[in-house]
Amino acid sequence: MKTDKFIISNKNFSSRLIVGTGKYKSMQECAKAIKLSGAEIVTVAVRRVNITDKKRPLLMDYIDPKKITYLPNTAGCFNSKEALRTLRLAREIGGWKLVKLEVLGDKKNLFPEMIETLKSTEILTKEGFKVMVYCNDDPLMAKRLENAGACAIMPLAAPIGSGLGIINDINIKIIRKQTKLPLIIDAGLGQASDAAIAMELGCDGVLVNTAIAKAKKPFQMALAFKNAVIAGRQSYLSGRIKKTLYGNPSSPKSGII
Amino acid sequence: MKKKIKIKLNGKLKAINNNSTLFNIVQKNKIPLTKVAIELNQEIVDKKKIKSINLKNNDKIEIVHFIGGG
Repeated sequence: MKTDKFIISNKNFSSRLIVGTGKYKSMQECAKAIKLSGAEIVTVAVRRVNITDKKRPLLMDYIDPKKITYLPNTAGCFNSKEALRTLRLAREIGGWKLVKLEVLGDKKNLFPEMIETLKSTEILTKEGFKVMVYCNDDPLMAKRLENAGACAIMPLAAPIGSGLGIINDINIKIIRKQTKLPLIIDAGLGQASDAAIAMELGCDGVLVNTAIAKAKKPFQMALAFKNAVIAGRQSYLSGRIKKTLYGNPSSPKSGII
Repeated sequence: MKKKIKIKLNGKLKAINNNSTLFNIVQKNKIPLTKVAIELNQEIVDKKKIKSINLKNNDKIEIVHFIGGG
């Protein structure tokens, strides 16, 4: 089989599954789930250090940023100013330039605020950031993000944490056809088959957090997502058969006794 | 007794000695410097220079790190 490369911002990854590190019961559980998922990129949030509890475990002690690519996000930011501040701080922690931009517009549905997102993408790109952009599934907006310098387009499948799976597969297909940038489904997946569907639509990868972290058995679900992403990608590359309305026998029609 | 000044550290009001540097605060709070970023009054601070940054009354310090997130 021809080498199937997953390249983001000139870096080659072998796993097309990106996982979030939030919502786990413990750091240990999070670290084990990541290992089982095979993910090489994990999203992380930027927050205040707990000054009062100095013994609180640190994420970096459980997930080694030298082995796993940290993708700092801007979760919780509702405008460009907050997002820029967060990512500049993230870069300062240890030189992170590859970032996930996520500017939300509404606390209930957590949909992205696309005007602020676009504005932030332009500024961050000029500052030398490599910006993977969480966005809605609008092909026109995806194009504008691409023109603004995004290094990956990451449309939602459905609202963050909803587990609804891909709601608008037509738009995802259109975005796939129009862009050569990595296309990664971010948010809204609920089970492993959702990831397989995303990959079969031609997406380059998926980003999953809640579906793994909040599954009854997170470790098993991490494995399931790993396998679903591989299966979906292979299925996409294999070229599926055409759909037909009527049956077509699998065994030869001749030589029937 | 040394004169005190008031600063805000990660949103919490603290009274510190008026000749304190940012480095003193980092040291006192056992902050692992390689794993954090520091802002002083909304300006990012070069971590290499914190020994020479003297704190003033009403300074606002934010020290952030990475935690789990999606």
